[in-house]
Amino acid sequence: MTAPTVDQAITRVHHEEWARVVAGLARRFGDLDVAEEATAEAFVAAAERWPREGVPPNPGGWLATTATRKAIDRLRRESQRDAIHQAARIVYDDTPPEPTGPVEDDRLRLVFTCCHPALAMEARLALTLRLLGGLTVPEIARAFLVQETTMARRITRAKAKIKAAHIPYRVPSADDIRERLAGVLAVVYLVFNEGYLASEGDDPVRVDLTDEAIRLGRLLRTLLPDDGEVAGLLALMLLTDARRPARVSRTGELVTLDEQDRGAWDRTLIAEGNALVRERIEAVAAGGDPPGRYQLQAAINAVHTDAPSARGTDWSTIVALYGRMVLLDPSPIVRLNRAVAVAEVDGPGVGLAEIDRLAEVLDGYHAFHAARADLLRRLGRGGESRAAYDRAIGLAGNPAERLYLTRRRDQLAG
Amino acid sequence: MSAVPRYLLSVYGPAERTEFGTYPSQEAMLQAFADTGAFNVRLQRDGHFVFADGLEPATTATTVDGQGAKPAFTDGPCLETKEYLGGFWVIEAADLDVALALAAEGSKACHGTVEVRPFRTEESVRALLEP
Repeated sequence: MTAPTVDQAITRVHHEEWARVVAGLARRFGDLDVAEEATAEAFVAAAERWPREGVPPNPGGWLATTATRKAIDRLRRESQRDAIHQAARIVYDDTPPEPTGPVEDDRLRLVFTCCHPALAMEARLALTLRLLGGLTVPEIARAFLVQETTMARRITRAKAKIKAAHIPYRVPSADDIRERLAGVLAVVYLVFNEGYLASEGDDPVRVDLTDEAIRLGRLLRTLLPDDGEVAGLLALMLLTDARRPARVSRTGELVTLDEQDRGAWDRTLIAEGNALVRERIEAVAAGGDPPGRYQLQAAINAVHTDAPSARGTDWSTIVALYGRMVLLDPSPIVRLNRAVAVAEVDGPGVGLAEIDRLAEVLDGYHAFHAARADLLRRLGRGGESRAAYDRAIGLAGNPAERLYLTRRRDQLAG
Repeated sequence: MSAVPRYLLSVYGPAERTEFGTYPSQEAMLQAFADTGAFNVRLQRDGHFVFADGLEPATTATTVDGQGAKPAFTDGPCLETKEYLGGFWVIEAADLDVALALAAEGSKACHGTVEVRPFRTEESVRALLEP
């Protein structure tokens, strides 16, 4: 084994320390702009100096110190224009970083500020990726297929609202934390899904986003180790991502679960995801809170990743788990997923009848038509199946999915 | 260090008012008045209250432009919209979470949706003057 290069060290430290440095500065100086810029400057300094001087023994500490100095320098420069005002800001909160329990972690405050419900969802996504994930503005712009200037403006506007409207830098009170945490998890899962099945653009899977979402999931797990839904979301992402190597064929076509090469699945991720699912099952059995939607979805995915083949899958358990999800969230998309599982247990006719009840609400959703097309095909109703594939192809935004649907349509007899 | 943030909580309602104001019935109107009164008392008790009141219908508004040689008066509100400001609170709250929680209570009390908007602060005005 060779020692990591300086570049690798910087990348690793970036992943591990970026959010911590930003969060610490944000608390100390009470200003996200200052925190973000000073942190970015500290990483630039590291990239310049570490190759020459070597990686310091405590890289995180080096970055925090350097970033703090950069922030103070910047505030001093500003304070020459406005002495009293900026002096007040420098003493905003001078307590040293707290090396205490998870609730005190500055990064958790930053999570709740970035995902505040008073911000538009697209602003929450962008802020989370920038301030917690450490992605650059051009990277985030690319990930969401918007112009850099648009993304920069979105982030600037969100930070300006946080400041002007006094969005707090604080972990919500016990009364609110459950609901607010659900909002945070939704942001992370959206990042993951946008990466895993990109709805736009030419890349079927955007690994930068899935990796980042998993990193954020791990961070939340570190900060809130006892929360079931945090564990559930991380497990769900791991078990889903484990199947990524088998998900797109060499010709760039989406490969559905039943046709995937299960030998290509990432067993390390599956083991980690399964361990989390087991932990939650034991916690619930021991009298913990009943599982929420992420834990249920993780459990469904664990059933899939445990199965030797699509045929050998425990579909009854999957139907039962979807049944519990419908109770929590009777949305048409959850009911669609349940109906697909029902078709495996009770036959395509029964599944199709359930799906057709959702026709009105899901008519604009490609997966609805794709599911119908498959069941109609299995029922030997080729003409209707072809029409459903046509609708699905027309609505699908992902290129790999369009290729897959087109092949299935063209394989229909007649 | 700095003063407690202030927020404007605005309540918008339809342009057309009935004999019960923006409410469907007299009972609903009286209930909303009572609930809003109780909410105002709570705002005062907890030190949030700065000012609050309800407005006459937008049809009673006069728009004034004093920028010319002679002031111009126009009957009606400044902007033609479907909904008009019907009343508002000015409150003090430690941060947006507190303001949003109070706005939710106020919304329930007055039976309307509430827009929460921060006032400028000394700091933000200064930032405006010294870019």
